[in-house]
Amino acid sequence: MRFFEDIEVGQRRALGAFTFTADDIKKFASQFDPQRFHLDEEEGRKSLFGGLAASGWHIGSVCMKLLVADGQRQAREIVARGEKVAVWGPSPGFRELRWIRPVLAGDTISFASEVLSLRQSASRPEWGIIEVRNTGANQRGEPVFSMLSTAFVPRRHRAS
Amino acid sequence: MRPQSGLIPDVPIMNSLVFEDFNLGHFGQFGPRRVTREEMLAFAEEFDPQPMHLDEEAASRSMLRGFAGSGWHLCSIVMRMMFDGFIGRTASLGSPGVNELRWLAPFRPDRDITLDVEVLEARISRSRPSTGIVMFKMVASDASGALCEMVSPIIVRRRDGVVAGQVS
Repeated sequence: MRFFEDIEVGQRRALGAFTFTADDIKKFASQFDPQRFHLDEEEGRKSLFGGLAASGWHIGSVCMKLLVADGQRQAREIVARGEKVAVWGPSPGFRELRWIRPVLAGDTISFASEVLSLRQSASRPEWGIIEVRNTGANQRGEPVFSMLSTAFVPRRHRAS
Repeated sequence: MRPQSGLIPDVPIMNSLVFEDFNLGHFGQFGPRRVTREEMLAFAEEFDPQPMHLDEEAASRSMLRGFAGSGWHLCSIVMRMMFDGFIGRTASLGSPGVNELRWLAPFRPDRDITLDVEVLEARISRSRPSTGIVMFKMVASDASGALCEMVSPIIVRRRDGVVAGQVS
């Protein structure tokens, strides 16, 4: 992963795509969100979603999965260039998460992440704070998911 | 008069909580729920395979200062606790999103987690008057204090939902 100083507002990365199969949707839902429309095709069809729909927490978790995979790809590229890899800190949270359209069984969602803002941490001078907009769009290009997410990013030159 | 079944999903309301059951203020405390290290590892391997969620040594060097589960795992556990606590018997039509979520402390294994649920706001939907929008604040805590809090709306059918839908 990159250091705070190497990141610019407006940078956008495509994170890759994930196909939500009916089995994936039901497996996640049976564990964490067993509402009828996440477990059964017929119940999903009768619901506002219009089909077997993935839990919103499943969609967010898959976005995280692709963010981590993208970070690992970036880390390999950085290592290949002989540079130092930054280890990002945990996220303090997110806001304005929107499940814009249902994600139905068989949908393939492409995720992307764009840098919205960068600032230094007041309480932890060796860290910067990044805010990104993570989004997902289905195979028809329709937005299905959006969130503004925050994370701690290490600074290359630690403030003394 | 025929039900607008195409517009208003057939949410069974017998023995269910409806919009009118959600009054402002503290709604309830749910749990406890314990999450094992094995469950945390399984979730992290599938959705959040960062070293701080997989490896004791990496976790101790991280800001988490010790092994902790993924924040998305905690969110998913909160969802399950909401389901077991009240959503499973609520005429819920789903949620449009989360206004804000804050991860406040590391999610440690094998601790009893409780969920406090508060109703911040409840209003009738303008676009779908047979339903109301209930704004919840959820706080998940263990014995050391709050682990995460979130504010999220849920769409809930009104008691007279079908009639209201037909009239409007």
